[in-house]
Amino acid sequence: MATPETILSVKDLRVRFRTLDGAVEAVKGINIHVNAGETVAVVGESGSGKSQTMMAAMSLLASNGEATGHVDYRGRNLLTMTKSDLNKVRGAKISMIFQEPMTSLDPLYSIGNQLIEPIRKHRGLNAAEAREEALKLLRLVHIPDPERRMKSYPHEMSGGQRQRVMIAMALANDPDILIADEPTTALDVTIQAQILTLLAELQRKLGMAIVFITHDLGIVRRFADRVYVMRYGEVVEEGEAEALFANPQHAYTKMLLAAEPTGTKAPPPANAPVLLEGRNVEVTFKIGGGFLAGEPLLLRAVDHISIRLKRNQTIGIVGESGSGKSTLGRALLRLLPSDGVIRFGDRDISTADRQAMRPLRREMQLVFQDPFGSLSPRMTVGQVITEGLLVHEPNLSGKQRDQRAVEALLEVGLDPNARNRYPHEFSGGQRQRIAIARAMILKPKLVVLDEPTSALDRSVQKQIVELLRKLQADHELSYLFISHDLAVVRAMADYIIVMKQGKIVEEGPTEEIFSNPQAAYTQTLMNAAIDVTRFRLSA
Amino acid sequence: MLRYILRRLLTAIPTLFVIVTMAFFLIRVAPGGPFNQERGLSPEIRANLEAQFGLDDPLWLQYAHYLGNLLRGNFGPSYNLPDFTVTELFAKGLPISVQLGTSALILALLLGSVLGTIAALNQNKVGDYMVIALATAGSTIPTFVIAPVIQLVFGLTWKLLPIGGWGDGALINKIGPVLTLALPQIAIVARLMRGSMIESLRSHHIRTARALGLSDWSVVVKHALRGAILPIVSFTGPAAAALLTGSVIVETIFSIPGVGRYFVDAALNRDYTLVMGTVVVIALFTIVFNLIVDVMYAVVDPRVRYD
Repeated sequence: MATPETILSVKDLRVRFRTLDGAVEAVKGINIHVNAGETVAVVGESGSGKSQTMMAAMSLLASNGEATGHVDYRGRNLLTMTKSDLNKVRGAKISMIFQEPMTSLDPLYSIGNQLIEPIRKHRGLNAAEAREEALKLLRLVHIPDPERRMKSYPHEMSGGQRQRVMIAMALANDPDILIADEPTTALDVTIQAQILTLLAELQRKLGMAIVFITHDLGIVRRFADRVYVMRYGEVVEEGEAEALFANPQHAYTKMLLAAEPTGTKAPPPANAPVLLEGRNVEVTFKIGGGFLAGEPLLLRAVDHISIRLKRNQTIGIVGESGSGKSTLGRALLRLLPSDGVIRFGDRDISTADRQAMRPLRREMQLVFQDPFGSLSPRMTVGQVITEGLLVHEPNLSGKQRDQRAVEALLEVGLDPNARNRYPHEFSGGQRQRIAIARAMILKPKLVVLDEPTSALDRSVQKQIVELLRKLQADHELSYLFISHDLAVVRAMADYIIVMKQGKIVEEGPTEEIFSNPQAAYTQTLMNAAIDVTRFRLSA
Repeated sequence: MLRYILRRLLTAIPTLFVIVTMAFFLIRVAPGGPFNQERGLSPEIRANLEAQFGLDDPLWLQYAHYLGNLLRGNFGPSYNLPDFTVTELFAKGLPISVQLGTSALILALLLGSVLGTIAALNQNKVGDYMVIALATAGSTIPTFVIAPVIQLVFGLTWKLLPIGGWGDGALINKIGPVLTLALPQIAIVARLMRGSMIESLRSHHIRTARALGLSDWSVVVKHALRGAILPIVSFTGPAAAALLTGSVIVETIFSIPGVGRYFVDAALNRDYTLVMGTVVVIALFTIVFNLIVDVMYAVVDPRVRYD
């Protein structure tokens, strides 16, 4: 068998960023190569340097970044090329799609305009010919009604459709290499599956090499021929995908492979008291309307949903973006106006106003998805987590509050000295622990967890899941766990509600839902998740 | 869109009404009147004059009369320039102020945008620092300093420009006042543009454009600039209203017969009708330019829809 031709070879690549704290080396002399037509995965968690490697190769580093070494494309070093030579390679021979489908297209130009521009640039076609090519590309990526879509603007399309358009743009000039930087991470699981299927189909048709940059081992296992595992700017392990999965050598690779959240949650006893109950809860948003503007459009985000959460129970609310799962969580906490009946303990809180809710607030806490945005950057961790005590236990002395902060931090597995530092000094996982400590310090009965692990790396997710389960066991907490991530939900919840377009499509005990999903939508979700993004070492 | 414009114009009517009412009563609260300053008019003559203009009527009746006249497009006579009606004064002065203001605005938008873009493309390099220095100077040196310096250097010393006067609108007479008016605006536009351009250049779709191998010109001008221009568009509305209704300082220093002086002069002389006329004109300009800006916004940004 002939040795495959190497078309891209990265040699001793270093990427450095000048920052206020001095130079930071993000990539520390790595070697990677890509052969014609193969699929290579570069795997790692956030901060591993996997994206910066490819950004450097394409000369797309931020202005404070610089790359040294070699990125040879068919024998020519991309790093030392003139800009005009580079622009004959970028978008033509090597093209790239990105993680952020919502913002990666220019919002001010139509899809057609954006597709036509690179075609004309690289192939010198006239406007009419380029338009024909653009239409062909839209058909290739299965955009329905391409003639009409040419005139659409990005904001008129869904995330999945935008990513298809990105792929069409990247393939416009029949590239040798397609670099896909976390191409499905920001998409719902069913859309992820569609995009990945599309990429595989296009690779079969067009024969380009694909470089997947991803944290998702499911994608790697299903698509990659060869794998590079990166950590702290270095390649720690490389090899054929099959072999690497079967027999990982490096401790870090082993850890990544084992990072799936495991375990299950036993249901509470049948006679456990009901803590939170919603009957026919409905949330309607008004869009538009006003003077001379006609009737407002009514959007029913939560549509007649009933739910009973017992003490020490975790109900997982599962659904894709726009399904109304977060809205439901907020409505049940009376953070949003809603119709229907909501009871907390033995009180009817359906019509309770802010004032009436205030004493109850300490018993119902909320933890958010974004550990970077949800902690005030100008307060110390101690101030952040004890702020609730000022409202709910105003009689505590400063010393007592400090003592409570120490206890709360210890409980979530952080060094109590952390309370004198500021949130920006902590990693994403640590910040999520701080957010949990802020909720736990008030000794709540109910915690609504809104995608608490979604912004975290897999290995950190696993730790947070374990922490949440331990806290629940220690304090008989009830959780409402909102997530799109089925693996995490499975490990956390004993009961699951599947939502779509504001309605419940299916509900039941976790194992029943997972082993025998009834609704077609649930089955689609399960298949997409298991098919693409889940990987079990034992499977 | 037409429906939106119609709605905005309709809502302008109550806005104008409130402004006119407030201005009418506020100026009356100020002590004195148009005919009782240090002119030494005898009480009889003053009473006659006030009777002639209806100033001896109860205030509510004067207000009703004024509103009635305003609805018929009649701004009334000027009390201090009795040979002219307010309408005539604006008919003469407004075109002059609008000409100067428009030229200054266009100059500021063009030059400011270019400077701001240059600064953004050279962020934290020499070009950037030069533009920032220029912008800081432009927005900190007051016009009553810039104007005499221009007169001194270009008028007296080099004799390139006339020192003042309108000269029936000769181009050479406009250069000084337009420069003076434009300089602070150039500074503001350059700084706005620099900021929004830096942000625009960092956005994801610019990364996409570069990854597609588009030329620098296309990346910067077609993709980054169009997004960066939006803050400038919103700035233009109030700026245009202010510039086009004249500047008291510039018109006084360069002896330009525009309308910028009227507001201050009229207020000091309690020339009620002229004050009211100026208020209405400035309010109308503000309303109309803000509407134009909102329409422009929808033209530049397809995500903005008003219906």
